Amino acid sequence: MIKLFSLKQQKKDEIPGRAGNQKKASAAQLRITKDINELNLPKTCQMEFPDQDDLLNFKLIISPDEGFYRGGKFSFSFKVGPGYPHEPPKVKCETQVYHPNIDLEGNVCLNILREDWKPVLTINSIIYGLQYLFLEPNPEDPLNKEAAEVLQTNRRLFETNVQKSMRGGYIGSVYFERCLK
Amino acid sequence: MSTTNWNGRWFHLRKVLERGGPLAHPDFQASNETLDFLLENCKVLVVGAGGLGCELLKNLALMGFRQIHVIDMDTIDVSNLNRQFLFRHSDVGKPKAKVAANFINERIPLANVTPYYAKIQDYDQDFYAGFHVVVCGLDSIIARRWINGMLISLLTYEDGELDPSSVIPLVDGGTEGFKGNVRVILPGMNACIECTLDLFPPQINFPLCTIAHTPRLPEHCIEYARLLQWPKENPFGEEIPIDGDDPNHISWIYEKALQRANEYGILGVTYRLAQGVVKHIIPAVASTNAVVAAACALEVFKLASSCAPKLDNYMVFNDTDGIYTYTYAAERNESCVACSQIPKDLVFDENVRLSEVMEHLSTTYQMKSPGVTTTDQQGRNRTLYLPNVSSIEERTRPNLKKTLKELGLKDGAQLIVADVTSPNSIEFHLKLHASMDT
Ligand SMILES: [Zn+2]
Repeated sequence: MIKLFSLKQQKKDEIPGRAGNQKKASAAQLRITKDINELNLPKTCQMEFPDQDDLLNFKLIISPDEGFYRGGKFSFSFKVGPGYPHEPPKVKCETQVYHPNIDLEGNVCLNILREDWKPVLTINSIIYGLQYLFLEPNPEDPLNKEAAEVLQTNRRLFETNVQKSMRGGYIGSVYFERCLK
Repeated sequence: MSTTNWNGRWFHLRKVLERGGPLAHPDFQASNETLDFLLENCKVLVVGAGGLGCELLKNLALMGFRQIHVIDMDTIDVSNLNRQFLFRHSDVGKPKAKVAANFINERIPLANVTPYYAKIQDYDQDFYAGFHVVVCGLDSIIARRWINGMLISLLTYEDGELDPSSVIPLVDGGTEGFKGNVRVILPGMNACIECTLDLFPPQINFPLCTIAHTPRLPEHCIEYARLLQWPKENPFGEEIPIDGDDPNHISWIYEKALQRANEYGILGVTYRLAQGVVKHIIPAVASTNAVVAAACALEVFKLASSCAPKLDNYMVFNDTDGIYTYTYAAERNESCVACSQIPKDLVFDENVRLSEVMEHLSTTYQMKSPGVTTTDQQGRNRTLYLPNVSSIEERTRPNLKKTLKELGLKDGAQLIVADVTSPNSIEFHLKLHASMDT
């Protein structure tokens, strides 16, 4: 039998002095600390923390070593909110890139960043997802529709466009900054 | 208005509290002291003075609870008036907590509601430790998780055994349209908010590519304006985020969304929907609030009086189509980030170096490559050493050679240790003693 849980015995007016009022880390902070300490980065990825005490805001640099984007260097900003991991972090691409799933404002179409996010996923899952976007750009879910159409109809031209954009140059009317390593 | 008890005011409560019965808890002892406790001593904190909060305050005060405190950071909006019945048109713009407390205190004889027009985070452990029960009527998961973490942080252990007198029960009500739930959490004893984070419906996030290129719903158009057009056009200045309570902001979103809806022949974009999508509002239903708040108040009464077994521990309610309820015992998560661990003490001399603490973690706890952080007085994170991220490792390496005193760590500081050998970050309490050789 579960012993009766009684509140009456508690005299709330005479709380024994507690050991200071040490502030506690939030559940989001506990979780991100774990995520960050256990990052297992692919060799093409690097993390940058502008402030080592702020584990909620950081950058990821991806330098693909194969595929269309080999030789390029792409930076993503991560903002982890107090709702983490109930809510996914906000991720933006800071490098202008000619890519079917990334638009010119840096929005990224990756399912686990939005509709398929689950609290069991980690920062590492997102990093692998982003890395995969560079290996296998997906024209089915376009954010940059023009790039997606070229990829679908003319892979050679897509490859040329990617090369041109990474060296720095115009694709149509859009200028891309050089982002080669 | 009378300020005294009228004859027979507690007649019905006495029936339940002053005699046993087949439905009473087996350990319950009928007595007339229980009523005195409810009336005079039992301190209840109501978190949130919105749809659920108004119901809760009314229910608890009429039930005889007097030491009621209510905290809410919001002010009254005209759209609240249909269900938040403690507010009148002339109250629009005033703090919910204060207006609600005033109303109850004037209307219910001997009621004594204390309002706090503040954020829950503005108060510390001393404040929360002063309550017998906390009952939440919130629409925010972040706020729930915060209260949950706060109550867990108040638990004390002796030789690894939980001290039951440190447990402050949390009764949590939630509603979304015609759906609701009630749960009773005894922190450290049964499933907490964090144990069951998966039970909260995820925010609906439409795929970005759908929003950008193949919108079908009015919501897609609103999300297009919010996620893609706003950051691009910065209509109210660089880096100004959308404020869901600013009518100018919502109008801007609404107009952009309407344009887009027209381009795609989509119907149904309205100002109200725009505001709803931006603020993630699911229309509140007064009857659902009433049912959920009534169940919450009953649980507070049962916990405070021990007159009947408490809800074990999660009730779902749905009146979309008929009425449906189901109660089950949500299980604790063995590796819950909030409640699965008893904070451990780490006892050190203040002149011990951080490297020796790391050494201790590796040998005594057999950790592989622990990362250690602490929390400063403002509640901010401070990284002491993280071995696995090279940029942080380089910057925190000098800390290894410093003593705990040099690092500014005080007795009682919280150390968070993350390591692959444990499913969660582990919490330690630092017990520092001054060095013998001065
Ligand atoms: Zn838990």
